Amino acid sequence: MSKSIKDMGWDELVPGAALYSFDSNVDYLMAETQPEDRTYCETNSKNAYVGDWRVIKPVWNSELCIDCQNCWVFCPDTAIISREKEMKGVDYDHCKGCGICVQVCPTNPKSLLMFNETEKNEDALTKWPEKKKKGEE
Amino acid sequence: MNSKQMELNEVEVWDGNTCNAQALRQASVDVVAAYPITPSTNTVENYATFHANGYVDGEFIMVESEHAAMSACVGAAAAGGRVATATSSQGCALMVEVLYQCSGMRLPAVLCLVNRALAAPLNVNGDHSDMYLTRDAGWIQLDSFNAQNAYDLTLMAFKIGEHMDVRLPVISNQDGFLTSHTAQTVRPLKDEVAYNFIGDYVPVNAMLDFSKPVTHGVQTEHDWHFEHKAKQHAALQAAFPVVEEVFKEFKELTGREYNIVETHNLEGADVAIICLGTTYETATIAADELKEEGIKAAVVSPRLFRPFPLTQLAQKLQNVKAIACMDRSAPGGTVGALYNEVAGALINTEARPVMRNLIYGLGGRDITVHELKDIFRDLAKDAENGKITGKIQRLHGVRGPELSFYEL
Repeated sequence: MSKSIKDMGWDELVPGAALYSFDSNVDYLMAETQPEDRTYCETNSKNAYVGDWRVIKPVWNSELCIDCQNCWVFCPDTAIISREKEMKGVDYDHCKGCGICVQVCPTNPKSLLMFNETEKNEDALTKWPEKKKKGEE
Repeated sequence: MNSKQMELNEVEVWDGNTCNAQALRQASVDVVAAYPITPSTNTVENYATFHANGYVDGEFIMVESEHAAMSACVGAAAAGGRVATATSSQGCALMVEVLYQCSGMRLPAVLCLVNRALAAPLNVNGDHSDMYLTRDAGWIQLDSFNAQNAYDLTLMAFKIGEHMDVRLPVISNQDGFLTSHTAQTVRPLKDEVAYNFIGDYVPVNAMLDFSKPVTHGVQTEHDWHFEHKAKQHAALQAAFPVVEEVFKEFKELTGREYNIVETHNLEGADVAIICLGTTYETATIAADELKEEGIKAAVVSPRLFRPFPLTQLAQKLQNVKAIACMDRSAPGGTVGALYNEVAGALINTEARPVMRNLIYGLGGRDITVHELKDIFRDLAKDAENGKITGKIQRLHGVRGPELSFYEL
């Protein structure tokens, strides 16, 4: 697709409002190819940034993370970046701030916490809570 | 093509439902989703028999409603298969939501619609209210007058809808009971000939093509919804030359002639009845018998209800002085849809004939040659006076005092 979809006339659109995911035929093994190595189409949701819906954001504390992958499994937008079963961070272009990753995080204290969208990540990391004792709510 | 072929006689005695089922079998449909409803039940019932006896290789899915039937068809068509189903009346009404999905997603499914009245009151007999219900759904609509037409048009529906310039779903209409349950002599094609006429199905952007992943049924807001609808409309309009081409090819194959606008005795005619479905054939008898009385009567029927052949009709009707547009559906507070369409075709032409709107035959009420002759006689008077005597719309054949509306 050479022309941007926004500049296309009615006669140039793909019939049936079908959207291609990849720019060309997929001749590689999808499961073994990392998202950044795939050739996405303009119309792929990878290119549709929806992160601006967010008012609060999850901040990841790498020192507490145990790489359990729970957040990656539960994230409804695949906005958790994980490589070789190692947590790498949050894809803020696609994270909608639902907070599910924080809910499912099992560490003590949680290694993912929701902060205000305007908060800088490095400032947020300084505000991390202490480990809770047994029986403490 | 199906692995097992059926030996058919040169002439078979089939009703309209059998015609549909045989056409689906010969088209070697990949998926038929079935939720039977009167009077289209026998279409899927016969098809199921063919399936059980090994004459069909495709999938036969039993679903829990007509909404699910069309949904299954949309899913299977998006996956890359040739699909078909059949329905009537309330079932069609339940399908409507998905009909729009199917045409909007540009999936060339085929729906055998056996026309029947919409409730309430509940009625299993034929009229055109379900056909009218689907008229804006973006499907191509073909209309048959008899069983032979039903067979031919259901076959041709695949070829028309699957054409690369069109890629739209097609409804093959026939009159409930009058066509669907009346056995007539039908000349079928041989399995091989029929299949070769339609050709192999060529999927476009099939979901099961893993080398080119594609998203179907997407959301478009104001940014490009309009453009997609424009494209759909353009494809519907582009169906006219395709239909003409397919009709021509079919004539070369079988000798049976189909036209976008079917006419009978139109040459030199003063008056004409415009109607859909089986009424066409009854009206031709009435028109022929009126020759003795000196009334030059014609019968005209658009073979395509959608896209509606406005230009073709206008050309055909230039020398006619008075027209009766016969609508077999409850008018719902206005003139009938066919009257509306034909009026739209003629309003900008030089010679505008006077036009009556007759609502008739609702819920399976019969219309006879005798009645049609009376309608032609009324039209002859209109043609002579150059204006309609009485009101524009009349509910023909309803019991009680005459019911008519819209005075000039």
